[in-house]
Amino acid sequence: MIADRIASWWEGFAPYVPGFAQASWLVIVLSLLAILVSWGCGLLAALGKVSRFAALRQASHFYIWFVRGTPTLIQIFIIYFGLPQLGLRLSPFVAGVVALGINGGAYVAEIVRAGLSAIPKGQTESAQALGMGRWQMMSRIILPQVFRVILPPVTNEAITMVKNTSLLSTITVVELTLYSQTIIATTFRPFEFYIATALIYLLMTTLISQAAGRLERHYARSL
Amino acid sequence: MEAAPLVRIRDLKKSFGAHPVLKGVSLDVHAGEVVSIIGASGSGKSTFLRCINVLEMPSGGTMDFEGFHFDYEEGARRAPTAGQLRELRARIGMVFQSYNLWPHMSVLENVIEAPIRVKGEAPADAVAKAEELLARIGLAEKRHAYPSRLSGGQQQRVAIVRALAMQPRLMLFDEVTSALDPELVGEVLSLMASLAGEGMTMLLVTHEIGFAREVSNRVLFFDQGVIAEDGPPGEVLRQPRSERLKQFLRRVLHEDAYGAEAGAGGAA
Repeated sequence: MIADRIASWWEGFAPYVPGFAQASWLVIVLSLLAILVSWGCGLLAALGKVSRFAALRQASHFYIWFVRGTPTLIQIFIIYFGLPQLGLRLSPFVAGVVALGINGGAYVAEIVRAGLSAIPKGQTESAQALGMGRWQMMSRIILPQVFRVILPPVTNEAITMVKNTSLLSTITVVELTLYSQTIIATTFRPFEFYIATALIYLLMTTLISQAAGRLERHYARSL
Repeated sequence: MEAAPLVRIRDLKKSFGAHPVLKGVSLDVHAGEVVSIIGASGSGKSTFLRCINVLEMPSGGTMDFEGFHFDYEEGARRAPTAGQLRELRARIGMVFQSYNLWPHMSVLENVIEAPIRVKGEAPADAVAKAEELLARIGLAEKRHAYPSRLSGGQQQRVAIVRALAMQPRLMLFDEVTSALDPELVGEVLSLMASLAGEGMTMLLVTHEIGFAREVSNRVLFFDQGVIAEDGPPGEVLRQPRSERLKQFLRRVLHEDAYGAEAGAGGAA
């Protein structure tokens, strides 16, 4: 009886497995690229915030203020629908990566800034006292330590990023959310398909948490 | 000592905001000299040390060191450039109260980092030299350990070796035993004494009056931002001239005596 129900569910589901796989793969690629962009933006903005130059400090401040104070969806619309008016037409995929990357960067910047301030002043001073330049000190001494400190909050941001890719369904990127919507439009089975979609997201975010947990335990050995 | 001094400092000043900490300090240090700086907290002694390698930018005065001439007077044209600062600091070792080893690097990595990245030494050479230095302080077998696995005394000795690996011309020690448990002070002091014995030029801010007396050629008493007394330890520590130095010595030696008594009595 129950086996029959499951069999009939699976029958309804099976034709869409390749499509789900493809949409999931797209989510993975989008997330990875957007996470990389967000780390770049976040690192630059965090370093900008502690820069010697007032203009850089102000630019970083504005960036973080604007992005954190406006809805992610509006930011995506500005980049995908708004920029063509200025002559910059991006494909949905590229616009999505750029928008989510810039968005995540503002949050990463705040995390990195907190991480930087968590490193004792003596760490900087001992590097300086040995003749290291600013860049050497940052790249060899400070940032590797910051990375350990910020790993947990950065993991949260990565998870948020995976979930935020669903917003790109609004600009015609056929990722998981838009894909399941199109199926539901023909099958009229929203419950099963949205649950299935949720489970796929859950699998991805769980894998990220577990990988980060492993990395944390690895680093804990030196502390 | 007719040779030119290794370090020549004239009228060095430092203010934090409106608060003057150094009010004009002049000092010549010759190669091989071991100079201890004593004084109450807030007398400017640590600030003075930090002004020498410009961890604090002085607000006035001049310094000469191995061909560098810096003028810190406001508007002067001889303020150190970033490049000069790096070169200056590469030749002046500094050891801090709180060790400041880099926790994400092993002992060996801590020691070879600056020789490789700052001086451009070949990694193999830097490693060989670092292992020799670590063997000397009896920590060769700890070379792959992380600093957190070491005692405070071991960490501080590694910090000294890290500075020595740059082959500095001058070593600055900023209250390097103040953060250590009493039973670990000896191993650090004896390493410093052996360096002094080898002719290393050293400037040390210390509360260890006994060490200052035994090891240094010269003792400076800092008081309210100036050098109030300057002379061989026998003079400065045994026949203090000023009332303030007498008071200071009474206070520190009294603490020593109390510490010894408390230790002997087993009191916590």
